[in-house]
Amino acid sequence: MAPDKGVQVMRAMIARRKRWDVIFAVVGLLSMLCGVVALVALIGSMAMEGVPRLSWDFFSSFPSRHADKAGILSAWVGTTLVMLVTALTAVPLGIAAGVYLEEYAAKNWITDLIEINVTNLAGVPSIIYGLLALGLFVYQLDLGQSIVAAGLTLAILILPVVIVATREAIRSIPGTIREGAFALGATKWQTVSQHVVPYSMAGILTGVIIGLSRAIGETAPIITIGALTYIAFLPDSPIKSEFPYVSFEWLSSAFTVMPIQMFNWVSRPQEAFHVNAAAAGLVLIVMTLLMNALAIFIRYHFRKRIKW
Amino acid sequence: MSTTKMMKALTGVAIVAGALGVSSLPANAAEAVIKIDGSSTVFPITEAVAEEFQGMKKGKVNVTVGISGTGGGFKKFCRGETDISDASRPIAPKEMEACRQAGISYVELPVAYDALTVVVNPKNDWVKSLTVADLKKMWEPAAQGTVTKWNQVRAEWPDAPLKLFGPGSDSGTFDYFTEATVGKAKSSRGDFTASEDDNVLVQGVASDKNGLAYFGFAYYTENAKKLKAVPIDGGKGPVLPSEKAVINGTYQPLSRPIFIYVSAKSMDKPEVKEFVDFYLKNAAKLSKEVGYIPLPAKAYAMGGEHFKNRKLGTVFGGDTEVGLKVEDLLTREAKQ
Repeated sequence: MAPDKGVQVMRAMIARRKRWDVIFAVVGLLSMLCGVVALVALIGSMAMEGVPRLSWDFFSSFPSRHADKAGILSAWVGTTLVMLVTALTAVPLGIAAGVYLEEYAAKNWITDLIEINVTNLAGVPSIIYGLLALGLFVYQLDLGQSIVAAGLTLAILILPVVIVATREAIRSIPGTIREGAFALGATKWQTVSQHVVPYSMAGILTGVIIGLSRAIGETAPIITIGALTYIAFLPDSPIKSEFPYVSFEWLSSAFTVMPIQMFNWVSRPQEAFHVNAAAAGLVLIVMTLLMNALAIFIRYHFRKRIKW
Repeated sequence: MSTTKMMKALTGVAIVAGALGVSSLPANAAEAVIKIDGSSTVFPITEAVAEEFQGMKKGKVNVTVGISGTGGGFKKFCRGETDISDASRPIAPKEMEACRQAGISYVELPVAYDALTVVVNPKNDWVKSLTVADLKKMWEPAAQGTVTKWNQVRAEWPDAPLKLFGPGSDSGTFDYFTEATVGKAKSSRGDFTASEDDNVLVQGVASDKNGLAYFGFAYYTENAKKLKAVPIDGGKGPVLPSEKAVINGTYQPLSRPIFIYVSAKSMDKPEVKEFVDFYLKNAAKLSKEVGYIPLPAKAYAMGGEHFKNRKLGTVFGGDTEVGLKVEDLLTREAKQ
């Protein structure tokens, strides 16, 4: 017995809708491939050019006019130290600001105003932060063209990202958690520090990753505050053999960073310097990935402990 | 919870710091630092000199070189932040004024030549040479939107689009080229493909049969296979850019001297004095190595004399001048 007309109409309709499903899946896949293929092609071509150049000497040599002797020692050390200052400043400040806005601040128009501004700040071009930092850190606070000035500049650059991510993460914690804690007699501080912040750490760290990844590639604000291009010495060592064993001299040292070194090599006429730039680019990508891996590792740790 | 987190963060910091401590063992705090900033055109020469100098001093003197552009470099220089400023053009009147107000005086020393090179695509078989008038016709502000084809420059050239590539307006090269061809610095048409990265200009002309660009000589010599240099007729017949033509003064008006400016205050520091002497002594060899054209030996000797005698000020009086021989510059009276 042939299926009656109603069923046939129904089947045609289902087929049509399934077709739309397939079309959307294909369009979505293509959209994703656009991004992924471009990225893979870029990294691939850079890797093909740069990988043969990677050697121990490349990491342990200073820049030079001889492309084959030039290295990235001052650049990678500079980037690492600047990022250290940035992370140590932006992460605690950003999280504290986010927690305050979400948990403590009174809900009034001033808070709204601050909220809107913080969100908008995330979209301000980085060169503006560079100019601000040049006036504030370099001249007003007299920090000079130093690692600490650069680290703080990048810290204020990524603060909005960290704050917004912290707030989003905290907002996703169900209110019942807080109520439960309060019901058991916990104070607000205990609730926030032992429940809300640890549970939202995964989301916060995602924001930190995005922020730090942005900061590590920034060139414009760093150039504005006076990073150097040729520097063939390292900052003072933070660890000393005599008492008190630690030193903060390095904070005030002159420096350069990876993107600046890369840019200089890319703009040189000699082909061999372009190869150096590709190799330095690979190293920068690996540094970014390592930094992200560390954050993902910490995030995984926090997730594991959440039992609800 | 939060204490363990703190512990972890601290351990992380300690690990990073430890790694850095180990890696920075070779660093020793040098007593003396020489600060240099300025033009990206002069950078390769200064970098080479700094590298050699530091090698010679074995870490006793540290030299830092930044790239802020000629203008940006002078800003820092006139605030007293740097000892030496790299410049691809002479100091401008405004910068002279800023330096005067801050009480900064200086010695101007030419260190090498750069020959601005006009290039076309190797497949371009019609351009045999260009006169300054041709270049003016192509690049002057009035050409914007109107001179768009090769046959508008010279009637015998083909009816093909004229694709122009040039450095951006912040560059000293742009200033000098416009001064030399159009007659007024920074006066140029705006509808050309501009890039601060000369390699982009190289790519542009190398991949476009109808392209034309200008940039420093070093970028041409490194890419001589992909490009064709055009002989320039400055009034005495067409001349190809070459080391010889620049030194004997026939490649005109597109060869220019590039400079370092040394702050008089810094000259009292023995390390700066030693560095500048070293610079002038080795500039001929090192500038050639990085793709520039050295000055005649006499010019370095005269520069050394000026430095020794503290001949302060500039011989240009704030103007970019075109077509000068460097020996003539050095015998001029300086203004402050």
